[in-house]
Amino acid sequence: MSLLTVTVREKRFAREAVHAIQGQAGERPPVLQDVRFELVPGEVLGVVGASGCGKSTLLRIVAGLDPDFDGEVRLDGRARRGPDRDIGVVFQEPRLFPWLTVAENVGFDLGQGHDEAWVATLLREVGLGDLGHALPRQLSGGQAQRAAIARALYTRPRVLLLDEPFSALDAFTRMRLQDLVRDVARAHGTSLLLVTHDIEEAVLLGDRVLVLGSAPGRIVREIGVALRHPRGRGSAEVSALRSRVLSALESVG
Amino acid sequence: MSADPDLIARAIASLGPVLPEQPAPSGAPSWRWPAWLLGALPPLAALALIEAAVRLGWIAPHLLPAPSEVALALARMVRDGQLAQHVLASSLRVAAGFALGAALAVLFGALVGLSATAAAVLTPSFQALRAIPSLAWVPLLLLWLGIDEASKVALIAIGAFFPVYMGVASGFRDVDRKLVEVARLRGLGRVALARRVLLPAALPALLTGLRNGLSLAWMFMVAAELIAASRGLGYLLTDGRETGRADLVLAAIVLLALLGKLSDGGMAALERRALHWRDSFGGAA
Repeated sequence: MSLLTVTVREKRFAREAVHAIQGQAGERPPVLQDVRFELVPGEVLGVVGASGCGKSTLLRIVAGLDPDFDGEVRLDGRARRGPDRDIGVVFQEPRLFPWLTVAENVGFDLGQGHDEAWVATLLREVGLGDLGHALPRQLSGGQAQRAAIARALYTRPRVLLLDEPFSALDAFTRMRLQDLVRDVARAHGTSLLLVTHDIEEAVLLGDRVLVLGSAPGRIVREIGVALRHPRGRGSAEVSALRSRVLSALESVG
Repeated sequence: MSADPDLIARAIASLGPVLPEQPAPSGAPSWRWPAWLLGALPPLAALALIEAAVRLGWIAPHLLPAPSEVALALARMVRDGQLAQHVLASSLRVAAGFALGAALAVLFGALVGLSATAAAVLTPSFQALRAIPSLAWVPLLLLWLGIDEASKVALIAIGAFFPVYMGVASGFRDVDRKLVEVARLRGLGRVALARRVLLPAALPALLTGLRNGLSLAWMFMVAAELIAASRGLGYLLTDGRETGRADLVLAAIVLLALLGKLSDGGMAALERRALHWRDSFGGAA
């Protein structure tokens, strides 16, 4: 049974936004057109596409941060508009509140105080066990992104959305965090929707990979990844799949 | 008498700019002049020069009294209680005017920063009011409120209002949209969002505004007291001029510098405490 059903018949930005970017009146070309996909519980879905193809817009729609589109997002069959506690988001930047400690950031929620035991568990899981009292400015880029992952898991979401979460990190840290995300998602039974421009990342983590074409953003290919975990980086199977995704991307220009 | 110039020198030295302490480069001699001492050199040299020039008769003492004379005048005022009276009167006016102006500014600044509608309605009017040199209000304030405390406090409040208002409004307006989104994902309502995200994020700009407002409050206090007062440091300035006592005028100036520096230092300490989380140049722990 499908956990998340996303249907975006069309998404256009408002006139003002187009105005500001392109400096011309009237035209509002669609950013996304006819994007439909499903996510089953525990599944990891990678979404790749050239920059500017609307993958981040798609993720913002699923997160409920952009309610202005033609279509619907169903969670467990219920149509959703607006943010939902069952959907966690990890952004490209850590987006930690600089005036709160790491633990307070992770437990940031409605009302006062937070579930300290749960925060401590999450921090341990992401490898920040003894940095709960640190301030965000004392963290490295990788540590900050670990804290952001812990924060996204705080509401016990059933789906975790990741918007190019490792693109600002160095290669080694990226590898460690890719493994971490896969492990915690598996441990919590969380489904992942991973938007990325890193094809290898999509193939390494995903059970399926959606290839998005641009102008307007639409699904041009769906590629299943029937490989066992752990998948070896640079192994022949991964390389072969990587080439398939790449040629699909290249064929749409 | 020899101790008095020393006293003033120390007082003035404390007003000097505080240079950031620089680590000694390796290879250089290990002992260097401390920064505060370097900063104190120019005022100390100037004081010594003036003292010498006056005593040698190069400068007429009724135009520029010797620093030791100014110190004596100050000491006399301390003894007969006049000093405390003047300082207290001025400080109370600054406190009242600043509190009034800053409170209104935080209120309107937050309104304009948080609501686009309020900004559209109020910003043009505030821009126009801000363009009026604040001292132009003096005649009107005197007509409306008389020459007593009310008009002075009102003038100080007007002076303190605009820097605080600008700081608060820009602080709220410029809060990072990305942080606001994080709070929206958790389902925070408008009030919780304002209190838990917008206010802390706007705090640096708010505190800068308050600090600027406080220094302007001191400036407008002097203006208000120069116009009409029977007590206070502005009165001391007028009194000194009218009685030809340059030492009184200089004593008042020294006191104003001290009080201004003291209140600004207090605000700076408050800023450091409230913004310890900030990751900025010079703010690192």
